[in-house]
Amino acid sequence: MSSRDAVLGRIRTALADVPSGEAPEDVPVPRAYLRSHLEPGQDPVALFAERVADYRATVTRTDRARLAAAVAAALTRRGARRLALPAGFPSELLPSGSWEWHPEPLNVPALNALDGTVTLAAAGIAVTGTIVLDAGPGQGRRALSLVPDYHLCIVRAEQIAPDVPDALARLDPTRPLTFISGPSATSDIELDRVEGVHGPRTLDVIIVGPTRLEHP
Amino acid sequence: MNAPSSRGVVWLGSPAFPDAAREALKDTRLRANLKRATSTIRDKRLAVASELDDWEALRDAAAAIKKCTARHLDHYLVELEASVTAAGGTVHWACDAAEANRIVTELVRATGESEVVKIKSMATQEIGLNEHLAEAGITAYETDLAELIVQLGDDRPSHILVPAIHRNRTEVRDLFAAEMGHWGQPAPEGLTDEPADLAEAARRHLREKFLTAKVAVSGANFAVADTGTVVVVESEGNGRMCLTLPDTLITVMGIEKVVPTWSDLEVFLQLLPRSSTGERMNPYTSTWTGTTEGDGPSAFHLVLLDNGRTDTLADTVGRQVLGCIRCSACLNVCPVFERTGGHAYGSVYPGPIGAVLTPQLIGVENAATLPFASTLCGACYDACPVKINIPEVLAHLRAEAVEAKNGHTAEALAMRAAGKVLDSPRLLAAAQKAASLGGRALARRGTIGRLPGPMHGWSDTRDTPAPPAESFRTWWRKNRENKEGEQS
Ligand code: SF4
Repeated sequence: MSSRDAVLGRIRTALADVPSGEAPEDVPVPRAYLRSHLEPGQDPVALFAERVADYRATVTRTDRARLAAAVAAALTRRGARRLALPAGFPSELLPSGSWEWHPEPLNVPALNALDGTVTLAAAGIAVTGTIVLDAGPGQGRRALSLVPDYHLCIVRAEQIAPDVPDALARLDPTRPLTFISGPSATSDIELDRVEGVHGPRTLDVIIVGPTRLEHP
Repeated sequence: MNAPSSRGVVWLGSPAFPDAAREALKDTRLRANLKRATSTIRDKRLAVASELDDWEALRDAAAAIKKCTARHLDHYLVELEASVTAAGGTVHWACDAAEANRIVTELVRATGESEVVKIKSMATQEIGLNEHLAEAGITAYETDLAELIVQLGDDRPSHILVPAIHRNRTEVRDLFAAEMGHWGQPAPEGLTDEPADLAEAARRHLREKFLTAKVAVSGANFAVADTGTVVVVESEGNGRMCLTLPDTLITVMGIEKVVPTWSDLEVFLQLLPRSSTGERMNPYTSTWTGTTEGDGPSAFHLVLLDNGRTDTLADTVGRQVLGCIRCSACLNVCPVFERTGGHAYGSVYPGPIGAVLTPQLIGVENAATLPFASTLCGACYDACPVKINIPEVLAHLRAEAVEAKNGHTAEALAMRAAGKVLDSPRLLAAAQKAASLGGRALARRGTIGRLPGPMHGWSDTRDTPAPPAESFRTWWRKNRENKEGEQS
């Protein structure tokens, strides 16, 4: 008997009390929970910005016209000069200046030698302050936003879902997904939170939206 | 087929809980560390859980999803196997720890590599994978900071979430300075005991391992039957490194980790981070479905582990424990854990979840004191995001343990053990050896030390009088509210 058959057989024996006519759908799952924890009238983009900042990531809001300038400002502030460029990243968003852009494909040692990465995102989640990458155009393969120590992520306002359920519904599980909520962190030593262990120690997020701009 | 002696879970030579607890209680520094740590996490958890005014509805949904999955586990595992296979992964089935270890070892050998990087995983701790790989000449590098501390110190984890909670910063500094060089990149000269510096030392130490590793081993928080998607939830980014950079990824998961659909994750991804680290969301969650051309490992193996889970499933009261999502909230609210720490439980699963899971995985007769490692105050049940009624299972297991201990049921007990072992000649020999040790030890001697411990032991050890279960619960709540922050 294969181990597969053995385990499945043991499961079936263990479940002798389950009526043979019971189908999985017959077990009631109450779904009384909320689809979203946004307050009525609350702006998901503003909440997203606030919640991302709670993780000690830096959040900037801008519009499409000023996006390249915002990218330039962030890179200048962080002193990031040698940057990984994901395939499919819109070239009009690249600021002019003395940055070195290293396009994919990049192997891991090459990535390790760079200062940072600039990527787009697949989705945002307002309530949890999360960005999600799905390795689609402008995001690069997963190593891109992982190996270099700095990640600048550009999210469009309309990509921001109010809460986890809607975000999962928007995403394609067949793609490799990375949910990012702030920079890498640990509390393993005396529960003292330290930002930055293995993933990027600095995370900047730029929200691009036609919506309300508090500080244009 | 599989019997306790091939299951791991408990540490060789551990004393029974009452004795271990008695020793741990003498360590006032450990108690002070634990009290500070657990109360910090408790407060964070309460704050983020109370942000969600449908918290109870989320718990109800989670409990129901887990119940549905358990009642139709064969269906969902077969579905998961088909989805993972269709997405380019390979699924393996392991009846017990020994078989899982053998499968992983063979998979690593087939790559020709002698080193693997590892993400913190309860399942691989349970089966003792690192030790097994070491015997096969394969070095497993733990990459989670706390696991690194445990590994460098040749120590044991004492908490599910923060396994090195028993170590303070100075101990960690000394350990890094002394040991890192033996495993790879040494700690920098003049390393301080600031957590940020210690984290930096770990980053440098492990970077070369990540950049060169060809094989990674992980656990899984969830695996989705309908899509074949596997989920790992973490904080540091070591998980992402392991899941992304190597060519081969081997994931070992307990069969109970399967969830029916992708959208079921909307419940668990809200409950788990808030219950575990007290955050709205943990820094990194990775999901992957089979393999992806040009991104991440080109070979993905999923090892489905039974190792006592089907025995647990057969118990209609104890079955609910399989819903555990290993958040550790029950540890952090437990008055017993707060006093004894994790090592006293003698198992990779400490605290209230350990007290109900360990005896079921290895047989209650082999961990007879653990169901008594509780005051039945009910704080664990209240904290549990999947609503596992731990006090109910404890009471149930106590009855079984007492039955196991009573003279008049010795024969029944022997039969029970025999039932487990007779289908394996190797285990029959083990049982005969155990029987020769006399009534004192039914199971294999040495695995959990003295067997079974005196049933009154725990009440002897407790340093406050034992009030009745119901009133203790009230007393504990009042006591906690009024005296938080006071040294106990
Ligand atoms: S039993 Fe519940 S509270 Fe304890 S670790 Fe498991 S899920 Fe968390």
